[in-house]
Amino acid sequence: MTEQTAGSIPRRPNKLIGMLKGVALIRESVVGMVGMGLILFWVIVAILAPILAPYDPLVQMTPFATPFTKAPEEFGGTFWLGTDHLGRDILSRIIFGAQRVLIYAPLATFCAYAVGIAMGLAAGYKRGWVDDVLSRIGDIILSFPILVLYVVIITTFGASGINIILAVTFASGPGIMRIVRGLVLDLRNRDYVAAAQTRGESAWYIMFAEILPNARGPLIVDACLRLGYTTITIGVLGFLGLGLPPPDPDWGGMINETRAMATFAPHMTIFPCLAISSLVLGLNLLADGLREVSLKD
Amino acid sequence: MVIFLAKRFAFMLLTMLAVSILVFLLLEVNGESVAVKVLGPYSSDEQRRLWLEDNGYFEPAYVRYFTWLGSMLAGDFGESIRFRVPVAEVLWPRLLNTAILGGMVFLIMVPLSLTLGVLAGMREGSALDRTITVGAVITTSIPEFASSVLLGFIFVFWLGALPGTSGMTEGFDLSQMVLPVMVLVLYGFGYITRMMRASMAEVMQSAYIRTANLKGLPYRRVILKHALRNALIAPFTVIILQINWLLSGVIVVEFFFAYNGFGRLLLEASLNQDIYLIQACAMVAVFVAVGTQTIADIGYTYLNPRIRFT
Repeated sequence: MTEQTAGSIPRRPNKLIGMLKGVALIRESVVGMVGMGLILFWVIVAILAPILAPYDPLVQMTPFATPFTKAPEEFGGTFWLGTDHLGRDILSRIIFGAQRVLIYAPLATFCAYAVGIAMGLAAGYKRGWVDDVLSRIGDIILSFPILVLYVVIITTFGASGINIILAVTFASGPGIMRIVRGLVLDLRNRDYVAAAQTRGESAWYIMFAEILPNARGPLIVDACLRLGYTTITIGVLGFLGLGLPPPDPDWGGMINETRAMATFAPHMTIFPCLAISSLVLGLNLLADGLREVSLKD
Repeated sequence: MVIFLAKRFAFMLLTMLAVSILVFLLLEVNGESVAVKVLGPYSSDEQRRLWLEDNGYFEPAYVRYFTWLGSMLAGDFGESIRFRVPVAEVLWPRLLNTAILGGMVFLIMVPLSLTLGVLAGMREGSALDRTITVGAVITTSIPEFASSVLLGFIFVFWLGALPGTSGMTEGFDLSQMVLPVMVLVLYGFGYITRMMRASMAEVMQSAYIRTANLKGLPYRRVILKHALRNALIAPFTVIILQINWLLSGVIVVEFFFAYNGFGRLLLEASLNQDIYLIQACAMVAVFVAVGTQTIADIGYTYLNPRIRFT
């Protein structure tokens, strides 16, 4: 985004080093660092899940479903966070649940972004009837209360991982389109776009190689926030019984399954709650930190 | 002004129409699956065919759409499969309950978040500002179902001060409203607070506030008389649009606390594949959402003298 003076042609900076420097900027923001830490924690937990989890998340330790006929040692260790109503180790389920959330939420957000960016670039760069049609479609989808839309879609097509990703793409694509469109409308009149047009570059090249990279700042911040929303959405769908089918560990589903027992065994619900809250908090704090850093210069 | 209003309402109607097409396409266009939902999965092909014929499902899709839309507009939403009564009979009382819940949430959330936003935006970067901002981020990061569990743990399990469900089986009980309202306020107030803060911070940097300060007006007066008026315009839209958000939020909270409202009705309908009830709920939700959007737009234009009617 810096204007280069004519005459001097500076050497192109190494892209990788530039990216690392960009990531390092977050150090200036305490809030951002805390967020980054929380996210890294969950990412590492998810990657190392098979090593970290003390038990198989699906195996029911039967003596614990009908309490205390066997000492925990006979299973080779302690249940740090206890077991749930079916005698499954809660810690292991949370660890494997992290894996699930961190696969589905980024995948869904990525799909939504792919669609939203394509629509936004087309609408903002082409203008005219393309813009009108895409914007109207966006308006219609956005006029639904979001969870109502999810419930209707999942009811119609059934609950599965793919359908959740498709539903998130369908519901949040238009929102991303609006942001991209706004950015493109601002950027399309810049000199470098005019230069590319004069060179005779194709519309595709200009949209993806000239405009999109320059719009990345606000989009990265938005992506962080949206990843948080998507995490919440997947949790909510699991909680409402519309999410990924059991018995695989899913944070929202864990809370739903055990909340009837919350009056006498609150540990079954509280730990998954803390897990999902901390992950979303991490994403929101990181977004805040990124915004703070990007506003500084 | 009249032209502007007419345009807005025309646009609102068009959106509603488009949404109705979308709902029709999603839920109604495939007659076969409707028949399965109405007659149950164990009905025979012959039964389904007869039912489809009786209910005019062999007409072309566009004819069916217009008959469907006509009966929707007349308030005839069909019969609920689960309750075996006309959908309207179940829908309206539930909607009223949700309106009560939503009204209480707004009554608490709006003044609270506006006050916090003004306090934070008044002196940008102060300790108070940072506390409020970070606090708002934390509360918005806790999903509603998680805060329901956590607050339930504190107030029901630990302190035993509040009832854990809000079924209202023995008439209206205010103490059963406390937890649902608290959860929704906690999750929702952060957004308005941030908007108010940003708007206030922007106004505080404008020249006329500096003039007021240099004139020697008391700080209180500068804030209340000069800054607040302009700072409130932008959050107004956000507040109205929160109604749209609330329609999503109530689904989780009503489900958790077993509150007999609209959100729980929609969820039950979808879990039972109660197709006519889902259609009615979706249409009502969109109607409310689009209606509030229109009100927000008109109100914003009315409040902000810098926008001219075109």
